[in-house]
Amino acid sequence: MSGQGSAGGATAIELIGVDVRYHDRQALAGIDLRIDPGERVALIGGNGAGKSTLLRLVAGTLAPTAGTVELFGTGVGSLDRLAVARRLGVVPQAAALPFAARVEEVVALGRIPHEHPFRGAGPADRAAVDAAIARVGVEALVGRDARELSLGERQLVLIAMAVAQATPILLLDEPTVHLDLRHQVAAMDLLVGLNEGDGTTILAVLHDLGLAAHFFPRLVLLDHGRVIGDGPPRDVLTPARIRSVFGVDPALVRLAS
Amino acid sequence: MASRSEPIAPVRPVDAAHLARRARPIVLLAVGLAALAVALVLGVGLGSVSIAPGDTIAILAHRLLGLDVAPTWAPSTETIVMELRLPRVLTAMSVGVGLAVAGTTFQGLLRNPLADPYVLGTASGAALGAAIAVIVPIRVVIFQFGLLHALAFAGALVAVYTVYRLSRTGGLAPLTSLLLTGYAVGSLLAAGLAMAMYLSGAALGQIFSYLLGGFDGSSWSRLAAAAPLIGFGSVAISLRARSLDGLLLGEETAAHLGIDVRRERAILLALASLITAAAVAVSGLIGFVGLVVPHVVRLLVGPSARSLLPLSALGGAALLAFADLAARLLGEIPVGVVTAVIGAPFFLALLRRVRAGYEL
Repeated sequence: MSGQGSAGGATAIELIGVDVRYHDRQALAGIDLRIDPGERVALIGGNGAGKSTLLRLVAGTLAPTAGTVELFGTGVGSLDRLAVARRLGVVPQAAALPFAARVEEVVALGRIPHEHPFRGAGPADRAAVDAAIARVGVEALVGRDARELSLGERQLVLIAMAVAQATPILLLDEPTVHLDLRHQVAAMDLLVGLNEGDGTTILAVLHDLGLAAHFFPRLVLLDHGRVIGDGPPRDVLTPARIRSVFGVDPALVRLAS
Repeated sequence: MASRSEPIAPVRPVDAAHLARRARPIVLLAVGLAALAVALVLGVGLGSVSIAPGDTIAILAHRLLGLDVAPTWAPSTETIVMELRLPRVLTAMSVGVGLAVAGTTFQGLLRNPLADPYVLGTASGAALGAAIAVIVPIRVVIFQFGLLHALAFAGALVAVYTVYRLSRTGGLAPLTSLLLTGYAVGSLLAAGLAMAMYLSGAALGQIFSYLLGGFDGSSWSRLAAAAPLIGFGSVAISLRARSLDGLLLGEETAAHLGIDVRRERAILLALASLITAAAVAVSGLIGFVGLVVPHVVRLLVGPSARSLLPLSALGGAALLAFADLAARLLGEIPVGVVTAVIGAPFFLALLRRVRAGYEL
């Protein structure tokens, strides 16, 4: 099921006939998904619907049991990790640091795919780190040990790391769970800016249906490993679907008009 | 320029932080090299026969750099310097480099601050190999190594390879599985070691002195066998510094940052194990250097492996050269005792200090 059709040109992300099976459990079944360059897509669905599995497929850290996953027309499995990391950045849900590391040192990890293999970070890399820190608005955290930060602050630092990676595609797994309301909105504004200003293709897993509907022009709804809705929020988040997929009264989900 | 271990000011301009960090590794490099030079001169000069620092420097300049220096010293002094002291100091430095680099690598690879070069069974494997060499009545020389050193080297590598293979369940072994397998295999080998010691009879002292570590039997030929392996391994690991950096946030994130985690882990594990095996083969089991040095350097320069690896190598070399000097001046006590006496309180102090700022 394709969302917005686009004439010609390679798609940014394309999944064709993808199945993922863990032992005897079918995590994803028959996924066909096509995301064009410059799109901004939110992936929604209940716990265990297969959202994180789908992100891992696109990031190439999980191989599908059947079907193909392509980035800009090339099978992700045939690209080496470095080639993938220059096309696609991932904001993880959380990350544990075994050693003390300053915030700017963590953000600088995003430059690893671009740094000279032996000489290390150059002026362009340092400029990208400073720019990412400013763009995400974590200047006040510079110099602090990333392990001392609150979960929300850490989440912003991880977003800054992915911004420093400066890839044409950005994947986010629950980027807002630990953020307060103000920072949730700020993070969404940032994603909109990266998407509309820089042309970054964005695929984000979101639990908050209100945020998803308000900030994303296209939603993909997963249920039990299948895509059961794909399109603008009004079409995807029908009261009947909210009731059947999430098992809650649709009135609890307030959608901005 | 605030030290990393102090509570960090809440707001710091981006540029200032970068400037402060850029200067510091160079300064530490200079300090480390100076410490190493002092360790070399003192290590060669001091012992049962003391040699004046001027003579030590002159002999070294004459023999190593080929400078034309008129001899003011007895020929026997030159023999002591060239055949006994210098190989010993250089062996201590090489082993110090090896343990510090391997410790840094294992800590980064296993993402565990408590990891040391021995964590995956290398120590128990080397000890069992050495013990077997002591109790079997065969004397051979393999690549400049006596049987004890050869079997210690082989034992360390066999142990870590066994751990690696056993921990692999199809795909990429989880880190906990690697650590627990290392612990289990280590325990099994320790039982073998206990059995070998029980059976060794009069040779028990020889096994024991290996276990405690030391440099008193150092020679050029043994150094020539171990130093190239340690040097090669350390350089090869340093060239992969950014793989270690990528692993800082975990293996999944490392993959997202372009690191081929499975391949890099195998390569780094193999190199660090090779270094450790070469180090324990010449020196026996010397604790704390591989654990403490990376932590101290990390506090000074931060977690980036590009600075951490060379500075740890310098620190390990200087520390072990001084520890061996202390062991020698205290009447040839085992150097492992010295490093433990220096290292353990230092590590405890470090833990307390670090805990004040942030958890470890």
